[in-house]
Amino acid sequence: MARTEQQSTERYGGRWFWRYASPAAFFPLAGRIERLCWAVAAVLGVLGLYLGLFRAPVDAQQGEVYRVIFIHVPAAWMAMIIYLAMAFWSLLGLWLGTRLSFMMSRALAPTGALMTLIALWTGAFWGRPTWGTYWVWDAKLTSFLILFFLYVGYIALAEAFDDVRKGDRASALIALVGAINVPIIYFAAVWWNSLHQGPSVVKQGGPSIAPIMLWAMLTMTFAFWAWCIAAAMHRVRSVIIERERNAVWMKPVVRGQAERERT
Amino acid sequence: MIWDSWTAFFDMGGRGYYVWMSFGFTALVLAAEGLLLRQRRAGAEAANDRAEEQGDDR
Repeated sequence: MARTEQQSTERYGGRWFWRYASPAAFFPLAGRIERLCWAVAAVLGVLGLYLGLFRAPVDAQQGEVYRVIFIHVPAAWMAMIIYLAMAFWSLLGLWLGTRLSFMMSRALAPTGALMTLIALWTGAFWGRPTWGTYWVWDAKLTSFLILFFLYVGYIALAEAFDDVRKGDRASALIALVGAINVPIIYFAAVWWNSLHQGPSVVKQGGPSIAPIMLWAMLTMTFAFWAWCIAAAMHRVRSVIIERERNAVWMKPVVRGQAERERT
Repeated sequence: MIWDSWTAFFDMGGRGYYVWMSFGFTALVLAAEGLLLRQRRAGAEAANDRAEEQGDDR
């Protein structure tokens, strides 16, 4: 556990990785990333909604209800990407024993769960007028529901231990094993017959939707990215405050940071 | 502007219910996340202050 910076530099090369693996060094950096990402999310969110609701033309087959795509697809992508990110940080934590990796993993989980909830809900309200049903137990929808339960299970297990390190390790296993579900979701509509349509943006021969629709969706996707990064950075800073309570560096940093942010 | 009127905008070609249930729920969830983030930070800082007052070196 007590690897010195010098040792790790010898073993792993570059200094920057280990520098920011330290909660004390990462705390202010996370604050800067957070502020930048809130701003990006706000600007792109407004732009994306404008493009999606006021500029994109009506869909020839589905009518106006297709506009749900501008939140459904970005939320679904984020739900899957965040789970993979959680698995990545969990793996890193188990492998290298870095405390910050587990904190990142935990900070991502609630945002991922909420993105999954948005994707499920908007999918239901898109499915009703287009397929005639809010829900169907097919491969894509079912594996996505499982993703939600994986998030809930991860959070429940992480919080179930009094010893945070045990919670870290136990929940990291859920994150890793559950990651198998992500490619299953992604390819479900390709591998099995599904009501859910196959990919229309990331596919061979380029996207199959009108350019303005694509722009609206990409803008919304980057807005969701920025939101998720900002939320995770905010939460990881809270986790650091909770866990590093007795660290010497903590008191002035948190105090100063909090005061600056309030003004 | 692709809409003739605000009424047409909110009606969404007769699918307004589904469109606004989706966008509305999303707005609600994002607002909830903002509240949760603030609550957690406030809780962490309050626990910090308490520990400091009590000289708790747990």
